[in-house]
Amino acid sequence: MMETLNSGLALLILALAIWTVVARDTFAAVVGFVAYGLLLALAWVQLHGIDVALIEAAIGGGLTGALLIRAAARLRNTEAATRAERPGVPARMAAALLAGCVTTALAVAVLALPDPAPTLAPDTAANMAATGVGNPITAVLLAFRAMDTLLEAIVVLIALIGVWSFAPDRAWGGRPGPLHRSDPDGILAWLARVLPPIGVMVAIYIFWIGAELPGGKFQGASILAAMWLLAVMAGLVDTPPVSRTWLRVALVAGPAVFIAVGAAGAVFAGAFLAYPEGLAKPLIKLIEIALVPSLALTLALILAGAPERTAK
Amino acid sequence: MMDAATLFGLCAAALVGLGVYALIADPQPLRKIIAFNVVGGGVFMLFGAIARRGAALGMGGDPVPQALLITGIVVAFSATALAVTLLLRLAEESGTVTLAPDPPQPAERDAVARDA
Repeated sequence: MMETLNSGLALLILALAIWTVVARDTFAAVVGFVAYGLLLALAWVQLHGIDVALIEAAIGGGLTGALLIRAAARLRNTEAATRAERPGVPARMAAALLAGCVTTALAVAVLALPDPAPTLAPDTAANMAATGVGNPITAVLLAFRAMDTLLEAIVVLIALIGVWSFAPDRAWGGRPGPLHRSDPDGILAWLARVLPPIGVMVAIYIFWIGAELPGGKFQGASILAAMWLLAVMAGLVDTPPVSRTWLRVALVAGPAVFIAVGAAGAVFAGAFLAYPEGLAKPLIKLIEIALVPSLALTLALILAGAPERTAK
Repeated sequence: MMDAATLFGLCAAALVGLGVYALIADPQPLRKIIAFNVVGGGVFMLFGAIARRGAALGMGGDPVPQALLITGIVVAFSATALAVTLLLRLAEESGTVTLAPDPPQPAERDAVARDA
């Protein structure tokens, strides 16, 4: 039964990937890509990676999908001209040959994976008690490999600086994205009023439960970002000018707390990002609570794009 | 019948190949970005299949690769957003998003700048 389900899921994912690649219309391809992301999340459940499934659905399918849909709509006029630049048959054959070689090599590697598989699960289980958290993924993200997570938070921030730097001169420091207006009695405005309270509750729950069960700050922050963007698209709130001081403080607060805790670890526990004994869980929670608002804001503003309007 | 890890591992190998083909063969920059994300989905799934094989002690998979995947997916989103913003700016600036070696004619470009 499970095997049939898995085979069907794998075939459906492949079919959607093919659709995404061959669809003539970019908008149709993006819709295929969003469905592909959501089905990948289901595959993650089947691979017992519930935390990854949540992030794939929220970011891989949701936020990336929203980003691509906006881009496809804006680039619609340029589509016909660039489509004509399709490479000739020999070049496409060569590309297909290369892709076939890549797939074959990977498939051979999959079938030749060592047995028994190497795993760090026993090490994680043995050391998890010291961190005080019950979700092994959170223990890895914020204790064993906390440096990766710190650098990730900084990478996301740098990406936002990159996005802002594409602003034209006249909009420098201004508000990202176009001004959205919608019918105040319309369905979008209604949804943007009804959904965020529920979404915010779900986001906080997913974030808080992440210490013990699947969930966590990235998943929670993505949902918060989506709720805010819904309100922006419905025209209920406007994006803030990116030159505002409070905004910049809010963006760096999370990584700054993370670095401060890490530096305190260097003094009191003997290594950067080490936690003093018995204080691991409260410190992990402190970092996560500080990171969630910063991450949500960063993800939302990355999606909102480069400033386009002056700050007035 | 093969187990889920092998099945999705092979599926991932096919996804990477599909994405690589589209990345090379599709001339539209936005489609290349989408293809890049298809490759990303395949790479992540391959890593997930390997994590699943490391299941032990009641954990459904090796938690270290799974945690790194969460990091990877967030970073892939950031990179995609950066690429899309660059592309939108290019379209706004030049009126076209071609990757062909010939630059747009100066007269055309000025006309677009005036309109904007």
